[in-house]
Amino acid sequence: MSFLQIDKVCKSFGPINVLRDISLDVEEGGFLVLVGPSGCGKSTLLNTIAGLEKLTTGEIRIEGNVIDDLEPADRNIAMVFQSYALYPNMNVGQNIAFGLEMRGMPKDERDAKVAEVAKTLQIEHLLDRKPGQLSGGQRQRVAMGRALVRNPKLFLFDEPLSNLDAKLRVDMRTEIKRMHQTFGSTIVYVTHDQIEAMTLGTRIAVLKDGIVQQYGTPAEIYNDPSNMFVADFMGSPAMNLIPATVRGHAIEMSRAGDDPLVLSFDALPVTVSARNGQDVIVGIRPEAITDAAGRGGEKSIQATCRIDVVEPAGADIYAITTLGGKEVVTRLHQDWSGSANQAADLLFNLEKIVFFDPQSGERLR
Amino acid sequence: MAHSSQPAFSSARLLRACLYAVLILFAVYYLLPLFVMLVNSVKTLDEIRGGNMMAFPENFTFEPWLTAWSSAQIGVEPTGLSPYFINSILMVVPAVTISTFLGALNGYVLTKWRFPGDKIVFGLMLFACFIPFQIVLIPMARVLGTIGLAGTTSGLVLVHVVYGLGFTTLFFRNYYAAFPDELIKAAKMDGAGFWRTFTRILLPSSGPIIVVTVIWQFTNIWNDFLFGASFADFDSMPMTVALNNLVSSSTGVKEYNVHFAGAVLAALPTLIVYVVSGRYFVRGLMAGAVKG
Repeated sequence: MSFLQIDKVCKSFGPINVLRDISLDVEEGGFLVLVGPSGCGKSTLLNTIAGLEKLTTGEIRIEGNVIDDLEPADRNIAMVFQSYALYPNMNVGQNIAFGLEMRGMPKDERDAKVAEVAKTLQIEHLLDRKPGQLSGGQRQRVAMGRALVRNPKLFLFDEPLSNLDAKLRVDMRTEIKRMHQTFGSTIVYVTHDQIEAMTLGTRIAVLKDGIVQQYGTPAEIYNDPSNMFVADFMGSPAMNLIPATVRGHAIEMSRAGDDPLVLSFDALPVTVSARNGQDVIVGIRPEAITDAAGRGGEKSIQATCRIDVVEPAGADIYAITTLGGKEVVTRLHQDWSGSANQAADLLFNLEKIVFFDPQSGERLR
Repeated sequence: MAHSSQPAFSSARLLRACLYAVLILFAVYYLLPLFVMLVNSVKTLDEIRGGNMMAFPENFTFEPWLTAWSSAQIGVEPTGLSPYFINSILMVVPAVTISTFLGALNGYVLTKWRFPGDKIVFGLMLFACFIPFQIVLIPMARVLGTIGLAGTTSGLVLVHVVYGLGFTTLFFRNYYAAFPDELIKAAKMDGAGFWRTFTRILLPSSGPIIVVTVIWQFTNIWNDFLFGASFADFDSMPMTVALNNLVSSSTGVKEYNVHFAGAVLAALPTLIVYVVSGRYFVRGLMAGAVKG
């Protein structure tokens, strides 16, 4: 049985449905990331797990026990907030010990626990400082310490990295991942940053408008998106979504100032080939379109395309071409020698191409 | 370069000098009444009658102060103002404490424990700030009579608490509205309930607004005349009413120096409160204004 079960949870504020029929399971020691654009309901879902919001219908269970009617403090859940929410009037040690104090733990036991956690997080020298005197990264550590010290069953993180600068964000991301590996804790993590979701999660739930668009491992979400929203939202640069027409076993995309580009498949998915002569949306990640120097995979087709813009990015070069009237980002090797406004040979990896219905945006399999 | 910047520099100085001159003028203008009161309170009565009101005393004496404090005729007894000073203290301290505490509690509930209709409740409390004193006199007299607190210090405390609640709630609500909700959520997760969140998290962070509220309430209640005159009897009369009785007594000679000394005595506590915590007052008002 799963450790955390979110079972058909709905939440509405008056007439507005914020969460619609959400069901997710997390195994013990799992790292679930809730990701989506702002207003998708991810923070509300986290708050209902924490008990800070009451859910309208459905059930949330931890180890099989329904926790819906328990107070937040009785759920044995700890939460790290976006602003860290350190009590400004207390020093770091008191902040970490507050939860234990509220549970009536004697002072010497509390002190021992705080010392232990402070040592693990390397914040021993900060215990006497006030939160106002700490840097962003230190505050983050203290907030994690406050969660860890209670040894809860479940950790909730509400966009904990969004207040940090870019460099620190990457460091703290690693720190959270390390904490997860060291303590084997079960974590539910909310973010709007798809890179955080990919790097941290063992499971990702992509939400939009209070509905789970897709729930799966990072690899599934990335390689096998279930609709155009997930394909577009996850991955940077985003997946290219190109309007195309089905022609038998091939698909055809218009190419600026040239004949249409035709990609012939051994076999198209049935739902795609059934649409002979109709339009579909072709989804292809930038790294599945590469220069001829690289191996594009076994089932690759080479084609010549005109390059509009070249964006060197260090390890790779992003070259932009136009297909089906849309800008298409390709990811080329750094030793590629072409330049803008010239034609270049590109390899399309047919194994990595997915198809979507232009009207509904749903995946065609 | 140096040549051309010289006139601009001196004209800026001139402007500054004018500014200071005007400011000093206003300061003198505002301080003059206080000066007159202080100077005349240490003169003999003859000197006041015979001389210039603005002049410094020729024969310096503390006699008027002692008289005003302990032996001036207030009503029938020659008690001086001291018993009424005590009355005022006995009224102000509980009234300020209770109204500030309840205001903080109201602010906490109205911002962090929202309930349906909380805006209406707050609107009604805000409305209390705009009710003129005179309107509530008769109903309040009726209420005090019914609950048996008419003519007592406790009755005055009740009146001032009720009347001050609108203001104190307004102050604390606006201050707590800017207090991060995440801290309250964190306290909930940590297992702190309604009261412990209030006493351990919110109150320790409320220093500036407590100072503002205490100054505001202290000044208003200490200086109040109308409620004191209406609801107190002779034994519970506050300082302001006693001062009025002292000054407007129609028997004997008008002892202006004693009146001046008494007036300064009556104003002294609020003056001290301002001097001690005035800078917090300004800071607190600014903080509330910017964040709220």
